[in-house]
Amino acid sequence: MSSVVVSDPGRSLARGFGRGVRDWIPAVVVLVATLVGWELAIDAFDIQRFLLPKPSAIADRFWAERETLWAAGWFTFQEALWGFALGCSVAIAAALLLARFRPLGTALMPYFIAANAVPIIAFAPIAVAWFGIDKGSKIAISAVLCFFPVLVNTLKGLTSVKPSSIELMRSYAAGNVQIFRRVRIPASLPYLFSSLKVASVLAMIGAIVGEYFGGSLTSLGIQIKSAAALFNFETAWAAILVACILGISFYLAVALVERLAMRWHPSARGAQS
Amino acid sequence: MSGVGSTEPAGVSGVGSTEESAAAVTISGLEKTFAKGGTTALVDIELELRPGEFVSLIGPSGCGKSTLLRIIGDLVEPTRGTVHVGGKTAHQARLDRDYGMVFQEAVLYDWRTVAKNITLPLELAGWSRARRVERTKEMVDLVELSGFESHHPWQLSGGMQMRVAIARALSFDPKLLLMDEPFGALDEMTRERLNLELLRIWEASRSTVVFVTHSITEAVFLSTRVVVMSPRPGRIAAVVDVDLPQPRTADTREEPRFFELATELRELLRGRTAEGVH
Repeated sequence: MSSVVVSDPGRSLARGFGRGVRDWIPAVVVLVATLVGWELAIDAFDIQRFLLPKPSAIADRFWAERETLWAAGWFTFQEALWGFALGCSVAIAAALLLARFRPLGTALMPYFIAANAVPIIAFAPIAVAWFGIDKGSKIAISAVLCFFPVLVNTLKGLTSVKPSSIELMRSYAAGNVQIFRRVRIPASLPYLFSSLKVASVLAMIGAIVGEYFGGSLTSLGIQIKSAAALFNFETAWAAILVACILGISFYLAVALVERLAMRWHPSARGAQS
Repeated sequence: MSGVGSTEPAGVSGVGSTEESAAAVTISGLEKTFAKGGTTALVDIELELRPGEFVSLIGPSGCGKSTLLRIIGDLVEPTRGTVHVGGKTAHQARLDRDYGMVFQEAVLYDWRTVAKNITLPLELAGWSRARRVERTKEMVDLVELSGFESHHPWQLSGGMQMRVAIARALSFDPKLLLMDEPFGALDEMTRERLNLELLRIWEASRSTVVFVTHSITEAVFLSTRVVVMSPRPGRIAAVVDVDLPQPRTADTREEPRFFELATELRELLRGRTAEGVH
């Protein structure tokens, strides 16, 4: 396989896209079947609406309360976005620093890995005390959730470059800065982006869970929590749907940037058959 | 050439200019002990290479031939002894970009196209864009990869990748080409074809080549001299002049003298490992 010279990249991209559409058909069939089955099952088994409302009822509510829900969604998404931006940028800066000063990285790495395994959500009530009931605490929780996976992965990407790649650069009399710019950083991009995708999901989780501990009325967490408390389950589910749409869009946006930034990568050329 | 290389004051690297026929590489009293485990990798290495020579280092695994190559290239520090390249210390030679290195793996940067990989050392050396483009084209032609300039490394076969690595190593016209088993991972047929290509390139570029291999026939075919090394600790067991006529062709491999030399090397290698005779 490695000895095959791939023909025109443009054509294989187009072919990949065509194949992509065909590949989606089974998934769409599953979605439609699930929704229809769900709708029918609720009548057939007489399921209580507080356990699970009908999809059609959720859709009705989603439409009827679209303004409130999307306002809440936008509010929460902003918190997630700020948390993501803050957590990831600090993590990337820290990774660059620790990769540059290796003894520091070696000394701190075990703690980062340990911290990465801590259920940070447990700190949510304390974050409210530290950063206030408003956006601050949600951004902080999102940022901390994003920080560790991005740090650990980026550092791994920056430091697991093949020794011969570095030796080659040194043989060209390249200094440390040039080695970082031209080898370590590009080599770390696949690691960085897979952690950014994870972080995009974690940022939304952090913001919503943070809101469960109190916050603005126009936020998804509060909408979900209060709707459920008032037995208004269709609204709660509609708010969850908004959260899903925003979360998936966020993830896809990061994945798109990944594609654009790593057009050189084999996976970007429809080669992942 | 006296004193410990690294203690020489900066700026006197030009002392070699007094003798135009300065050796391409002079290694004296070289010893290498690895700090980890205290393994002695190399002892008593004395070697002088003339400009334009093609010298192979051959020996069993663990004889320190790759380490010796890396010491010449200033990628590994020797424990004792000195290495001078064209009258300069190895360190100064590296900073002056006198080395073109090729490893067993092609070590191409995946995010760069073929042309961009070849141009990398030129970028680092601060060449202008126009000169880089022109030079890259020359190198692509030299290794016969025209039409593949905008391909990425993963789209090429192993042999083509190695040709890119060689083009990259030669792009800035280094005085010394250091090659660490460059064809070791390739199949026999590709290896023989690239051997011929390398000789053609060597004749065109007139640079000095140090070539690490563990293939006896490859060493005989390519070299003007072969340095036979023995393991634990690595030392020079013998130096064999390869008096086959130049230029070498595919027929060279069938000459009686080729077999004689291969046999001689084989016996030297066996003698060293089995009996340890001096």
